[in-house]
Amino acid sequence: MSRIAAIASNTFREAVRDRVLYNLILFALIMIGASLLIGQITIAVQRQLLINLGLTSISIFGVLIAIFIGIGLVSKEIDKRTLYTVLTRPVRRWEFILGKFFGLLGTLVVNAGLMSIGFFLALLYLMHGLQKSDGWIVVAIFFILLQFVIVTSLALLFSAFSTPIESAVLTFAMFVVGSFSEDLRAFAASANGVAHYLATGMAYVMPNFSALNVIAQVAHGSSIDWHLIVFNTIYALTYAGAAVCAASIIFQNRNMK
Amino acid sequence: MKASSQLRVSLSLTTVMVALFAVAAASLYKVDQIRSETRQQDVLYISSAKALKRLSLGYNGLMADLYWTRAVQYFGWKHKHRETDYHLLYPLLDITTELDPQLIAAYRFGAPFIAQPPPNGAGEPDKAVDLIERGIKHNPNEWRLYYELGFLQAMERHDYTAAADAFKRGSQVPGAHPFLQILAAAMAQHGGDIQTARMLWQTTLETSDNAMIKQNAERHLRALEVDQTVPQLEQVVRTFREKTGVQPTSFLQLVSAGYLRHIPVDPLGHPYKLRPDGEVEVQDPDALPFIKQGLPPDYHPALKSVPELRM
Repeated sequence: MSRIAAIASNTFREAVRDRVLYNLILFALIMIGASLLIGQITIAVQRQLLINLGLTSISIFGVLIAIFIGIGLVSKEIDKRTLYTVLTRPVRRWEFILGKFFGLLGTLVVNAGLMSIGFFLALLYLMHGLQKSDGWIVVAIFFILLQFVIVTSLALLFSAFSTPIESAVLTFAMFVVGSFSEDLRAFAASANGVAHYLATGMAYVMPNFSALNVIAQVAHGSSIDWHLIVFNTIYALTYAGAAVCAASIIFQNRNMK
Repeated sequence: MKASSQLRVSLSLTTVMVALFAVAAASLYKVDQIRSETRQQDVLYISSAKALKRLSLGYNGLMADLYWTRAVQYFGWKHKHRETDYHLLYPLLDITTELDPQLIAAYRFGAPFIAQPPPNGAGEPDKAVDLIERGIKHNPNEWRLYYELGFLQAMERHDYTAAADAFKRGSQVPGAHPFLQILAAAMAQHGGDIQTARMLWQTTLETSDNAMIKQNAERHLRALEVDQTVPQLEQVVRTFREKTGVQPTSFLQLVSAGYLRHIPVDPLGHPYKLRPDGEVEVQDPDALPFIKQGLPPDYHPALKSVPELRM
């Protein structure tokens, strides 16, 4: 356990030194600030626009951070040959993967926290206070964190067997496909025979990011069913867990010579 | 020596950079002038709401807000320039509400944009009714949408039965403004009356939470007052002429003869003008948008005082 924690804290320290991270956070905060300006040229949707643009920025920039940092987690260690130093110590390969996963996740949680503070400050500035329904925004941010959990696990999975560029393309493709999961389900429902079973299977294998996106809902002040909160949490944690296991298996069997 | 050489290079590069940027800005200014006739906002690159929904990767809410903002800007630009062609307005609102069917503002504000006759709107009341009906289908508990529907049916389509029905449906929504019941009854009995129109605008003024809507309702109420007062004053002038055989030249003459208690003033406090032909007109028609009576002959609204719309 302490070995995983050591790798995680090292990964966190390394990630926070990455300049890309700060550029993306800054950009997200600029986007949140910009929503206050865009609100001036529209009618009656200033609050909704701030919530939609703010949470979308947190989500998209978080996913980009997860991809850009996640893809290099393993390959960088191999390129810099630091991996061999780590593996000569009593560290199992799966512990290395798990440590990397938690390290990056910690980075993303801290980043999302910073962006959320910026977002809530903007909301306070615009509305001169918070409403009771704004509590659901916290749930939407929690769902965004669950998205990060899945994206990080996928970035790690792909980086365990491919180059950084290939990992980035594959992870981003999974994010796009996962965002279309409702369409995939609709197609499965309308298809017959083998196509139906294939599409249904694909809908379960691919990550489902649609269910984790409740931004538009909370922008209208609508509540979120607690069943959705519970099952989305279970889904995201188990799916990411399975992806991390797959990454560990691949990494375990990878020839490092 | 080396440091001064570096400084020289930096200064030279800075000068070149500033010069290049100045030329770029000047060129862009020229490009803007050349392209002023071909406005980019008249183009809808993606007309399919379904395609946009997919392209938005699930961030439909943000996309809908942006399309709504675009619709507002499109309408505002056309309205400011007194244009009569609003062909992209309905598609923009259609996309907005497809992307986010709960975006109430797009129905409430968008429908009047579409309904009002040009140059104050697209002049398509049937499409406006479709939009509001779609809004009601997705948001059956929003009583304001029924109010908007009733308003459109009465003021733009002059279908008072449909208006009464919309107000009645709205009055059954939990939490609806109690005035909807009264409006339903008024529509059924006195649909086309000026008093009913006044009641509608008064309700808009009292129930709206938007400053622009309130200001606009006030303008319409002022216009209704003028439309009611001017024919009354012209009737007084006719009566005076019939009884005395003399055409009055001023309202003072009518006051002195006891036909009027005082010099009549419009809702802004300006005295009405009496023309030699006995017609009555307001002093500053640009300050009283929406009036139908009391306009000077051959009057054209000034661009500066384009009236606000009912929203």
